[in-house]
Amino acid sequence: MNYKMMGRFIAQVILIEAAFMIPALLISLVDEDKAAVNGFLTSIALILIISGILLFICRKERGGFYAREGFVCVGLSWIVMSILGCLPFYISREIPHYLDALFEIVSGFTTTGSTILADVEALSRGILYWRSFSHWLGGMGVLVFLLALAPLSKKNGFMMHILRAESPGPDVGKLVPKIKQTARILYILYIVLTILNIIFLLIGRMPVFDAVCTAFGTAGTGGFGIKNDSIASYSPYIQNVCTIFMLLFGVNFSCYYLLIISQAKNVFKDEEFRAYIGIVLGSIVLITWNLKDVAASLGYSGIRETIRHAAFQVATIVTTTGFATTDFDLWPSFSKSILVCLMIIGASAGSTGGGFKCGRMILVFKSLRRNIRKILHPQKIQVVKNNGRMVDEKIIENTNAYLAAYVIIIMISFIIISLDGFSTTTNITAVLACFNNIGPGLEAVGPTCNFGGFSILSKLVLIMDMLAGRLEIFPILILFSRSTWMRR
Amino acid sequence: MKIIIAGVGKVGALLVKQLSAAEYDITIIDLKQNILEDMVGRYDVMAVQGNCASMNVLLQAEVEKADLLIAMTEMDEVNLLSCMTAHGVNPRLNTIAKIRNPEYSDQVYKMRDTFALSLVVNPDRQAAREVERLLKFPGFLKRDTFAKGRVEVVELRVDEDSKLNNLALNDMYKIIKGKVLVSAVARKGEAITPDGNFVLKSGDHIFVTATMRELTIMLRNLGIIAHKAKRIIICGGGRMSFYLAQQLERSGITVQIIEQNYDRCVELANLLPGSCIVHGDASSTTFLESEGIEDCDALITATGLDEMNMVIALYGNNYKIPQVITKMSHIEQSEITDTLHLGSIITPKELCCNSIVRYVRAMDNQTGTAESVHSIIENKVEAIEFRVDEKTLHCGESLRYIKFKPNILVSCIIHGMDTKIPDGNSSFQVGDTVIIVSSGENVIYQLNDIFA
Repeated sequence: MNYKMMGRFIAQVILIEAAFMIPALLISLVDEDKAAVNGFLTSIALILIISGILLFICRKERGGFYAREGFVCVGLSWIVMSILGCLPFYISREIPHYLDALFEIVSGFTTTGSTILADVEALSRGILYWRSFSHWLGGMGVLVFLLALAPLSKKNGFMMHILRAESPGPDVGKLVPKIKQTARILYILYIVLTILNIIFLLIGRMPVFDAVCTAFGTAGTGGFGIKNDSIASYSPYIQNVCTIFMLLFGVNFSCYYLLIISQAKNVFKDEEFRAYIGIVLGSIVLITWNLKDVAASLGYSGIRETIRHAAFQVATIVTTTGFATTDFDLWPSFSKSILVCLMIIGASAGSTGGGFKCGRMILVFKSLRRNIRKILHPQKIQVVKNNGRMVDEKIIENTNAYLAAYVIIIMISFIIISLDGFSTTTNITAVLACFNNIGPGLEAVGPTCNFGGFSILSKLVLIMDMLAGRLEIFPILILFSRSTWMRR
Repeated sequence: MKIIIAGVGKVGALLVKQLSAAEYDITIIDLKQNILEDMVGRYDVMAVQGNCASMNVLLQAEVEKADLLIAMTEMDEVNLLSCMTAHGVNPRLNTIAKIRNPEYSDQVYKMRDTFALSLVVNPDRQAAREVERLLKFPGFLKRDTFAKGRVEVVELRVDEDSKLNNLALNDMYKIIKGKVLVSAVARKGEAITPDGNFVLKSGDHIFVTATMRELTIMLRNLGIIAHKAKRIIICGGGRMSFYLAQQLERSGITVQIIEQNYDRCVELANLLPGSCIVHGDASSTTFLESEGIEDCDALITATGLDEMNMVIALYGNNYKIPQVITKMSHIEQSEITDTLHLGSIITPKELCCNSIVRYVRAMDNQTGTAESVHSIIENKVEAIEFRVDEKTLHCGESLRYIKFKPNILVSCIIHGMDTKIPDGNSSFQVGDTVIIVSSGENVIYQLNDIFA
């Protein structure tokens, strides 16, 4: 294990984190909020010291950097980043318990959007900004950001392992031959889309601070609102803008790259893109149909408002954002069941969304279909194809292993959470909401409620679930494997 | 610059390693997924899986935007087809193909335009030529030529009983009485840029820059006996041996080739009527003795197995053969191989790769880029040839007043017809050619990179 090089990486990651705390610090300074200023200043100073020590210890990096280092490095970076990132909440005393602060920032970085706060509006603006910004940073990944800045070196090839470990999807590739260029393109697309989102929100007369924070939450598909009722109190125009942008951020970013290099044809031929659009439209239609009889009792005036709420909720769940415009816990159970299924499916690979990913779902279905055919013709040789190309058996194997790990983690977390004595629906949707990085679940963790009621153990389990969900399980699981830490 | 490397074999992998470190966008094509994955995990490149001669695969690799295609698969025919197809898609593409079959080599060279080839490389032929160069000038382990053949950087080993052992460089220059410059010393795997007080120890490898004439004087004054090889034994009858024997036959040198495979022996005997083809096992000492290994002037081990080549070279060294040349195709030259007395080591893939890298850098024809580059100690020391132009800094200033980066040495200045080993008072002018030896960590892309 190349500890020195990993140390350097982690030091650089937390340096970037400290740099991004500065805007939040400035907002607190403008607001003359002493506790928040103190929180940010202390955190930045602490991070600088820790990063300095790490850089000093690890000043002489040498040796190789392989898949295992890449995975461990990503897992550790996220944990260290969370442990330090929650310090402003804790030091400013706005979230008095350290574990709660940690839960909140992990929920932020992993773009989950689950909160332990009953009253979000009580937070100061600097803290609210940092909370929303954590979504933006976590959405595309801080290590990818680091790769975009990294200087040219002979070791750049090894960085592919980092890109693989941090970016979601069954088969992460590059857009262009140079990894630095790939990371830059991803971030430029991300920044441009975020700015577009802010502009559209501003056109709807949203206050600037609200627009920026909401855009961060949308871009990272996070879901931290800055109001207690999330997006519900904003105008229908703003809600529709959010719906559209949430869906846009749930698309594989390489599709946007293909659009730019004028290969739109390939985008619309992409099986995952088609499945994603199909799932979204189908769900909206089904939920609208299911809600039309009960719309009046929910207070929706007319079919347009019903469609708007249905579309918003489908978008927020399928992209694993977790904003809310209405309390979908009150919806009929067919609609709720669809939402729970959407929670599991999640967004596209290579997007900022979480979940199992449409692309993986397609692969799982195709390999299942193949296995069924194999029962009929045991000698049959059949390859799985995706977008007209043969999928490597290794990827199918990995996807199936991923499914297994996914189910097992949900089972174990569900059992541990159940110790707290909430209802089964609460427990299972709490785990699903955290593990798929969505945010709100149903019943006691529904859109109008929060995660504050869970015990310390449950919160720890949920924190791990969120991290495992964002990093796609293996970078976190590998940290718990004994052979990772043994000498080769 | 966008480069496609088709076929990641021995040469292909080395090319990826050398070119990916520079600012090139590289896409690799290969049939085998696991090789591609390995390369993508190690180097900053993009991979496309498939047959590089198929237009579909080439388009996936974005051949229409590429500047250079390097076809390095094992099959000559595939390389040719790949280059022709790619050139059809993108007429401004440069193409390099590896052609190894001797039966094709002449026709491919003559029909380069038909096949749309910018450069044809043949590792075996290049290796044969290199061996021939070494044979013509015994005493050196390696020779690199600069400035169209006017300056050479040669490698010498300091042995226990050598005059050079325990000698300071200033004293060495006095003995030699010629203008030569020790540009780099390899000691125990470390590269050192020496100054005049540096004392040589046995086991050091020194790299000397000089003109051909000065080198002759140096060898004579150092008492290194250098008589031309007249009787040469080549172990192994592969392609390289064929090319080499063909060349040597023309210069009237008696060549004896030992080959294990009877059919190949017959084939060689047909192709090389002037040489003596012997059917037998070159790894057997008794057989080698019966073939008169003791009184040959040079032994070249060129079987398909690196291990076998090394062992035969050690035998040869034991019999005190004046010149032993070992071919190594897979095993990389390292500290461990340096401790064995293997004589000169020839690595075909490296020679081939170097010539391609030289072509690539020449293509990248911005002002001030290198004219040619020779890696003289693998990954540690490079000798680079530059042309001084208007944009070069410090023209006309004495070298002693110029601040250079550490471990940079201006080892030769060629001004018109005058080749000069510089001292502190020398200077370079616009239009001169300079040879820079860099043994530092810093990569030198342009001449101005050498200044601090």
